[in-house]
Amino acid sequence: MEFLGLFNYWVVIFLMMVGFYALISRGNLVKKVVGLNLFQTSVIIFYVSTGKIVGGTAPILIGDDHGVAEGAAEVLYSNPLPHVLMLTAIVVGVATMAMALALVVRIKETYGTVEDDEIQAQVLADEQREGARP
Amino acid sequence: MIAAHLPAIQVLGPLLAAALCVLVPWKRVSWGIAMAGAVTAFGAAVGLLSRVLGGEDIRYALGGWAAPWGIEYRVDAVNGLVLLIVAGIGVVVTLFALTSVEREVDERRIPLFYGAWMLCLCGLLGIAITGDAFNIFVFLEISSLGTYALIAMGSDRRALVSAFRYLIMGSIGASFIVIGIGLLYVETGTLNLADLAERLPALYGERTVLVAFAFLTVGTSLKLALFPLHVWLPDAYAFAPSAVTGLIAATSTKVAVYVLLRFFFTVFGVTYSFGELSLGMWLLPLALVAIFTMSLVAIFQRNIKRMLAYSSVAQIGYIILGISFASVTGLTAATLHLFNHALMKGALFLALGCVMYRVGSVHIDALRGLGRRMPWTMAAFTAGGLSLIGVPLTVGFVSKWYLVLGALEQGMWPVAALVLVTSTLAVVYIWRVVEAVYFGEPSARADSVSEAPLRLLVPTWALIAANLYFGIDASLTTNVAGQAARALLGGAP
Amino acid sequence: MNPGELALLALVIPAVGAVLVGLLRSSPNLREAASLTTGGVLLGVVMQIHRAVAAGETPRFVLAEPLPGIPLELVVEPLGMIFALVAGSLWIVTTLYAIGYMRGHHEKNQTRFYIFFALAISCTMGVAFAGNLFTLFIFYEALTLSTFPLVTHAGTDAAKRAGRVYLGILLSTSIGFQLLAIIWTYLLTGTIDFEMGGILEGRAGAGVVAVLLALYVFGIGKAALMPFHRWLPAAMVAPTPVSALLHAVAVVKAGVFSILKVTIYVFGIDFLTQLGASVWLMWVAAATIILASLVAFRKDNLKARLAYSTISQLSYVVLGAMLANTMGIIGGGMHIVMHAFGKITLFFCAGAVMVAAHKTEISDMKGLGRTMPVTFAAFFVGTLSIIGLPPAGGTWSKWFLGLGALDAGQVGLVAVLMVSSLLSIGYLMIVPVRAFFSPAAPNPHGHGNGGIHEAPLPSLIAIVITSLCCFALFAYPDPFFRLISMVAGP
Repeated sequence: MEFLGLFNYWVVIFLMMVGFYALISRGNLVKKVVGLNLFQTSVIIFYVSTGKIVGGTAPILIGDDHGVAEGAAEVLYSNPLPHVLMLTAIVVGVATMAMALALVVRIKETYGTVEDDEIQAQVLADEQREGARP
Repeated sequence: MIAAHLPAIQVLGPLLAAALCVLVPWKRVSWGIAMAGAVTAFGAAVGLLSRVLGGEDIRYALGGWAAPWGIEYRVDAVNGLVLLIVAGIGVVVTLFALTSVEREVDERRIPLFYGAWMLCLCGLLGIAITGDAFNIFVFLEISSLGTYALIAMGSDRRALVSAFRYLIMGSIGASFIVIGIGLLYVETGTLNLADLAERLPALYGERTVLVAFAFLTVGTSLKLALFPLHVWLPDAYAFAPSAVTGLIAATSTKVAVYVLLRFFFTVFGVTYSFGELSLGMWLLPLALVAIFTMSLVAIFQRNIKRMLAYSSVAQIGYIILGISFASVTGLTAATLHLFNHALMKGALFLALGCVMYRVGSVHIDALRGLGRRMPWTMAAFTAGGLSLIGVPLTVGFVSKWYLVLGALEQGMWPVAALVLVTSTLAVVYIWRVVEAVYFGEPSARADSVSEAPLRLLVPTWALIAANLYFGIDASLTTNVAGQAARALLGGAP
Repeated sequence: MNPGELALLALVIPAVGAVLVGLLRSSPNLREAASLTTGGVLLGVVMQIHRAVAAGETPRFVLAEPLPGIPLELVVEPLGMIFALVAGSLWIVTTLYAIGYMRGHHEKNQTRFYIFFALAISCTMGVAFAGNLFTLFIFYEALTLSTFPLVTHAGTDAAKRAGRVYLGILLSTSIGFQLLAIIWTYLLTGTIDFEMGGILEGRAGAGVVAVLLALYVFGIGKAALMPFHRWLPAAMVAPTPVSALLHAVAVVKAGVFSILKVTIYVFGIDFLTQLGASVWLMWVAAATIILASLVAFRKDNLKARLAYSTISQLSYVVLGAMLANTMGIIGGGMHIVMHAFGKITLFFCAGAVMVAAHKTEISDMKGLGRTMPVTFAAFFVGTLSIIGLPPAGGTWSKWFLGLGALDAGQVGLVAVLMVSSLLSIGYLMIVPVRAFFSPAAPNPHGHGNGGIHEAPLPSLIAIVITSLCCFALFAYPDPFFRLISMVAGP
């Protein structure tokens, strides 16, 4: 049952591919951004799931201020590090998203559209104008 | 006291400056803050490199948390040099930005511009200095986010589209890098580069390690614009404000190359990357194709900034070529070219910045006949161009010399010949411009312009002077590059 | 001042001259005076260095050390001395000529012209005194770049096109082949110094040596060995003084000089003879000699004909180097000198005709000898020297080259030399013969000689000086002969 045992990875791969597909195939810039977000989210899930151990608890120190309680060493806890890393990654992801959406807004203001092919047509027109200038 | 904390100052200087820049409403003051940040970083870089060259590898536990738990900063000859490049170029280009940016960027956005500017610099320096794999990703994203914003501030409306495309590509690249780092963590249980280097040799056979390697290679290659993952670069360079192009062309791809070097040589080790995986066999043809096709494409560009951007992709090919030899001479050549290319491209883009300032366009037709109107600017462009071609007594020649030496050492004399032949392609695309500049009939607009102001010429010529100085006396750079190459092949950082 | 510093001075003086010319641009008379004075001082300095070299010294001067173990160094050895003497003495004559020519021809941008002219001479001195392959390469490239503005001087589309061909061929051969050969040599031997007897012996096999030699010989594109000769006819769009000094003396001689130098000091003539690696290149040179002569026949434009004649004559020197024996080297070295004086005379005459009579095509020059007797008499003398007939200096170089070919057992090459001499009688001698003996073409204006006089006086003086030198070199070739004997072995 190795296949099912690794189901978290399959979820990650599925999400990643959905995001990647949207990123490549959609002409709408907002949809591209959504695709990118899915893509990044899959990475976050990947990290979080690697830190999880079946039956593990939160990594909180058991005992009082003066010493560690008996048996604390045997407590099974999930690895906190990947989770902490993902806090950073989520912040980064949010920043990227904000940046991307801000750009889309500016593009919409300037070109009047968020469709990739229509923007491309205007870009080509710009190029031609520039090339034809004496 | 301060000397001990130089690694932290290296990154914190620009980071604090970034925050302050945004807070002040006056454009000149925000520039002053940015300049202070850049100068601080440069001072720190000089201090660090001089200590490293004294034979001491610097380890610095950030916040006092020791290595396996906290983030560790490590400096050896390799990243010492990279830090110096980034911070040095940072100072010169910030100096240039004062006048150039006021012309090209909306006045209200200038404090924001310098905020992004400092973030970009901080990120680049952070990537270079950190000894922690995940930290590399964080700094990578900081610098990238800054760069996207900076590019989008270009005066041409195409800047927005190119920034968006760069954002998509860059984020995919960064995600790949994170996946690679995650897989390495799963496999080894550490994120510290030095610990990774120690633990990986036992796991060379694992498929997970191989996958991690692949993700990291592709992700980093996207960032450094290795052919054929370079498509985001030409437009991004072409439409960004001139000062931004100068900064990112000279530094950001260089830093990405550094990341590649770090992972290939320090983390995975040369026996794995080049022995087991025979990476050289993959990189060599890619590099050659990059050099050849991109130089050819550059010849046909009419926007000179874009022409130089394609040339940059070709030049990155030279660096990768040096890496693909995986020998001391090859790596020396690659590290040297890292440094030298930053100098020459920085100078060339700044010269174009001067043109942009006066003429408002960098189309080849707009440059016609400017040789008489802007003699100093155009002399700088020509000198930078000669350096790019690899004319003796410029830095370009020094890189080419070691690169060809490296190729011949491996017995690959056709590669050596090809390296030299492709230099003549650079002659063609540079000479097209020089000819237009000196022999073309000036257009009506170009006829009325005068020489660029001194505030732009001084930084430009400072870089040209560096091009010549390190071409005439390359002992410093070759020493550092040689030491870096030996450090990389020696294993531990 | 020791001779090493003098060698540096020989580079600096023309550069200073260039600056002076730039400063004096508002007063043409002062500007020309500065050019002439610089030429005179340079000649004096070169003579001084010659005294030291003739006494057996080898002056040295290290300028800088760009790469560890690879210095930028000046070393004056006899071969370089010959080249420096030729270039130094002809520069001042050419400056004299140029004053008459540029003013008579009303050229634009004369200041720029004199500046780059002086810079080109500075680079030429650098080539002559280069102490190692790296230094040679640097000055070789600098010479290409500094002559580019001279080639494109006219600024017309044709000039720009020619400039592209000029740069394209010279830069691509030197970067593509020569630099590769230099780095390869460095890798094989660990040094790039010029050493008597060569540095490659015992460090490379016959195959590698053959490839390296080919890389050098073709990589030094300034020697105009076919098929890399196209740049020389293209460069003829330049004003005639440029064609005369640079494309008959300084630039092209820098090429063949470099080949001689590489043959002697990098490969070593004994080593080459022993391996026989140069035999096929002898025949490439021989083919260039004959083919270029045949092309020269078909050119009606006088300067184009002279250009192809130069290509042919340059291969004499290459041939001498590739013979790789004492007589061959002596012949090659002597030919650098003899051809320089002969060909510069011819170019001066061509320019004089252009300025005085506005004629560039040979077929238009019938009967012109009667109105311009001095010019065409000088042309006759130059022709004698190129063909190699007594009493002109060219006799000696042909003689030694012939001996060298016999020594090498290549009787076929002797035949090539003879055929080539016959051909040059055909395409060069015809010019003065027609000028003197054919009836003049009817003058469209119908009166007298159409107002054609002799060339301007400064130019005429220059022409007379160089043609007299052709005779003098026949009677007294000893200084050059002594120098070349010092490097050619027993």
